[in-house]
Amino acid sequence: MSTLSERILGGAAGTYVDRKVDRAYAHDGTGVLTLEGVKSMGGGRLSASTRISLLFDHIVPANNSTTATLQQELRVFARDAGIGLSDIGGGICHQVMSETGVLPGEVVVGADSHSCTLGAFGAFATGVGATDMAAIWLTGETWFRVPESVGVHVTGAFTGAAEAKDLALTYVSRLGMDGGTNRALEFIGDGTAALSMEDRLVLSNLAVETGAKTGLFYADRVTVDYHRALGRTVLPQEIEPCDYVDEIALDLSDVVPVIAVPPRVDTIRPVADLAGLPLDQVFVGTCTNGRYTDLARFARIVKKKKVAIRTIVVPASRLVLEEAIRTGVLADIVEAGCTIGTPGCGPCLGAHMGVLGEGEICLSTANRNFKNRMGVGGEIYLSSVATAAASALSGKITEPEVPG
Amino acid sequence: MNGEGPAVCLPADLDTDIIIAGRYLRTKDRSVWVAHVLEDLDPSLAPGLAGAVLVAGKNFGCGSSREQAAIALKEAGVVAVIAPSFARIFFRNAINLGLPVVECDLSCVNGEQVKFDLSAGWVEAHETKFPIRSLSPRMQEILAAGGLVEYWRCRR
Repeated sequence: MSTLSERILGGAAGTYVDRKVDRAYAHDGTGVLTLEGVKSMGGGRLSASTRISLLFDHIVPANNSTTATLQQELRVFARDAGIGLSDIGGGICHQVMSETGVLPGEVVVGADSHSCTLGAFGAFATGVGATDMAAIWLTGETWFRVPESVGVHVTGAFTGAAEAKDLALTYVSRLGMDGGTNRALEFIGDGTAALSMEDRLVLSNLAVETGAKTGLFYADRVTVDYHRALGRTVLPQEIEPCDYVDEIALDLSDVVPVIAVPPRVDTIRPVADLAGLPLDQVFVGTCTNGRYTDLARFARIVKKKKVAIRTIVVPASRLVLEEAIRTGVLADIVEAGCTIGTPGCGPCLGAHMGVLGEGEICLSTANRNFKNRMGVGGEIYLSSVATAAASALSGKITEPEVPG
Repeated sequence: MNGEGPAVCLPADLDTDIIIAGRYLRTKDRSVWVAHVLEDLDPSLAPGLAGAVLVAGKNFGCGSSREQAAIALKEAGVVAVIAPSFARIFFRNAINLGLPVVECDLSCVNGEQVKFDLSAGWVEAHETKFPIRSLSPRMQEILAAGGLVEYWRCRR
């Protein structure tokens, strides 16, 4: 009996396999080096058997002429090579990939560490560097060491104000920043059925913060329904009894709103313990928490109120933005005094738009709080959307209210 | 593959944002990465990396997949990185660039000469040889070719 990773990759844990890659994507940041790699390897036609795409999200729109020139090279390359291009404003690569629907059982590789996000669909989805990506674009395949898997048993249901992000930070703290290294996380148990696809994307997204190759959910009713809404029929994946190298149990009813304190994602404290800490900025968005449901939840809390500090909200994609416009969620957020950014990564990686000044403190819904990541001398606390909303209104870390 | 150099000691869980910050990534000019490598840890480190062997704590290179982290270290003249464990994307990137990465739990003394021999399977420091975890055959081939570009150039 096999783990899901073993079944998808077609080998036993610990063995090395060469595997055809179904989807391979890069963004405007890693795309530049990927293109260099393709040229260095001799160029030529890209693999026809792999769906290849380039998605601009890291610095959108370009912040200066150097970036603009690099992005233009990628546009020309994408056009000439005939690969898919999601240009500025399309959104974060992982989010856009999730909107087109990754199929259960696929092998998906992205030139970005958070490519593990797409494991939420029952795919083996993982991040690689640019040179690996260049070889994949040219050959349509790569090698993997089939990972051992950690079984993450989820039971119960969320209570109070806790949400998927709190669960994600909780499991990262349980495993530690290298507890998943070279392994895959498999989210299993009765509690998973009640987790929406959005919740799953959050949980899979944080897998790499434990060092894991990916974080997988077995395709089930939720996956089937998600794909049906996109006009596609997919089958659920049967769970087989299998050997996990490690197992952890998480009861959703025990999860409380938490914050990861800088500079480590695995160091969490209950929001209650940090209540009152003054903030300079709140940032809502990213491949962790920039989806429509996140914006809608944020809007419900700040509607007809005013944020007390500068608050940047960046929809994860154009589709998210469009839906937020259609439903009035965007108006509620803007009227509350928030600033809206172009769909993309926003200030998460500290390269533009909303970075922090020396000594400033930001509460962010992102997935990394490393030293200086969002700006030299700035500090990043990581939280759920509900905690970010409550804190934006008060200007200091504030416990979210239990939704009515 | 073998080599040696004076040790530069680095902490555990060193992330790739610290190796090269996001604010320096949007260029193809590798000298920018060399100039700012490890700046957010200690700006005085960069000039001393040429010919050095980095001896780090566990989980070296965690976080972002940015290959510029491995490129910056290689271009700065780092001979090898030795750590008890590496984050997997950094580890693959380093091999793909021909930068030796060695899994070994070594106590570090700044400036002390460290030798390694990957084919023989040891690291030598403070007059003692320590065993290392061997690379997969594929990784050995890629490293021996000088990196993934050279590896594929031979095969395509």
